[in-house]
Formats: sequence, C-alpha cells, structure tokens
Amino acid sequence: MSLLAVTAVGNVLVWAVWVLAVATCIGTGLLVVTRTNPFHSALALIGNLGSLAVLYLLLSSEFVAAAQVLVYAGAVMVMFLFVIAYLGGKADAPWIGGRTWHQAASAVAGLAILVNVLVAIGMAAGGSLKHEAQLDQVFGSPSEIGRLFLTDHLLAFEVTSIVLLIAAVGGVVLGSHARRSEAEDAAALAAGEQV
Amino acid sequence: MAGPGIPAYLGVAVFLFVTGAFGVLLRRSPLIVLLSLEIMLNGANLALIAFSRHWGNGDGQIFAISVMAVAAAEVVVGLGLIVAMARKKLNLDVDELSSLKG
Repeated sequence: MSLLAVTAVGNVLVWAVWVLAVATCIGTGLLVVTRTNPFHSALALIGNLGSLAVLYLLLSSEFVAAAQVLVYAGAVMVMFLFVIAYLGGKADAPWIGGRTWHQAASAVAGLAILVNVLVAIGMAAGGSLKHEAQLDQVFGSPSEIGRLFLTDHLLAFEVTSIVLLIAAVGGVVLGSHARRSEAEDAAALAAGEQV
Repeated sequence: MAGPGIPAYLGVAVFLFVTGAFGVLLRRSPLIVLLSLEIMLNGANLALIAFSRHWGNGDGQIFAISVMAVAAAEVVVGLGLIVAMARKKLNLDVDELSSLKG
C-alpha cells in the first residue's frame, strides 16, 4: 500500500517536472524566434537547450542530456555569444519582413509542415505508440553509448571526426580570408585617398 | 514509464521544429536564422530520443549525438560566414545576398 503511494507521488513529481520543462521549452523557443535583439535570442536558446536536457533525462537518456548541456548550452552557445558581442550594434535584427507575399508564402509553408507532421503523428499514435518497451539497466548510460559507438556505429563515429575536422579547417579559412580582404580594403581606401 | 507517454514528447518535438522553421523562413538576420536552425535540429533530436526510449534501443541516441556534432560543425561555418560578411561591411540581411542569383 505504501509502495503504491510512493509510486503515485513519484508519478505526480514526474508530471510536474515535465510540465515545467515543456513550458520553458515552448516559451523560450518562441522568444528565440521573435526577439529583435540576437543577444536575447541566444540567451533564450540556452534556456531552451537546458529544458530539453531535462526532457532527455525524463526519457532515461542520461548521457545525451549531459552532452546536450556540455556541447550545446556550453560550447556552441558561447561561440554564438562571442560573435554577437563582436558584431555589437550591427547584429540587431529588426522584425521587418521583405515583401508581404513572401511572408504569407512562408507562413503557408510553415503551416503545411505543421499539418503534415500532426497527421503523421496522429496516425502513428493511433496504435503503435501505446506501449513503451521495458528498459534494461544500461539503457542510456555512458557505457552503453560507448559500446554502441565502438561496435555497431564505428563508421558514424569516424565520419563525425572527419566532419568536425573539416569544419574547423573551414572556420580558419573563412576567418583568414576575411582578414586579408579587410587589409586589402584598407590599402585600396588609402590609395584612393592619395589619388 | 511514469509521466506522459511518447506522443506528448513527439508533440513538443513537432512544435519546436515548426517554430524553428518559421524563424528560418520569416527572419532576415542570418544570426536569428542560425539560432532558429538550432531549434529545428533540437526538435528532431527530441523525436529521435523519444523513439529511442519507445523501442528501448540505444541507436536513436547515437543518431542524436551525431546530429549534435554536425550542428556544432554547421555553427562554426555559419558564424564564420557571418563574421566574413561583417568584415566586408555587408548588411547582415539574408535577402541582400543575391549576387549568385541566376
């Protein structure tokens, strides 16, 4: 009987955490898309990523939740904030669209995606998504993720490292080209002033 | 499983994906477009992890971690492009970058 009561309390707790995380997730998601100051958008995205990590924990995926906080909310967002700070006032993004038909077409496209996915989920939820699988002890643990990465998904693991390497090289190339053209621009400006 | 079922998580994932898609389609600042893209990727990640939990199979989590790595690579290149645009004194507006238009 007391075990039943404990289970009920746990269930209520899980629901409360879920509702809080989803409310944060949806609210900050809307903030990211609607703010005109990109700094506020980036800060809202950090909240969004954090609440998603909570949802991952509720889905028993501890390692992915930790990676989400470390990689996304940590490294990636710091990069964003650095660039926004570097750009300063240039980064401001007023909420003025292009032509109105362009905006209307965008809205229709977005609604089409929404209807499409809702119908797909409704069909799937009709039958096959009723009962979740029983989990074994190692599901979502770092050891299980490591085992999968180094056995079944070794190719994906190696390809990911190559993708990251190429992205790093691309970032350096983009940065150094921009610097050189800035120097060329300055030289051209100086020559123009002398003539 | 305590708490809401898998379809509730999928609903949140769809909402995130659509919110991000609206941001990518409607906003003109490349920075906001990149941030909205992150929301779309995270919506897809949430769906992957929810299905991974549903089947009790870790492959979906492997996929989600690979998506995170690709997102990090995409952010590096995207932010590099934005910084290059700013250094060339171009306006930060995706509609004005039309020199490759046919």
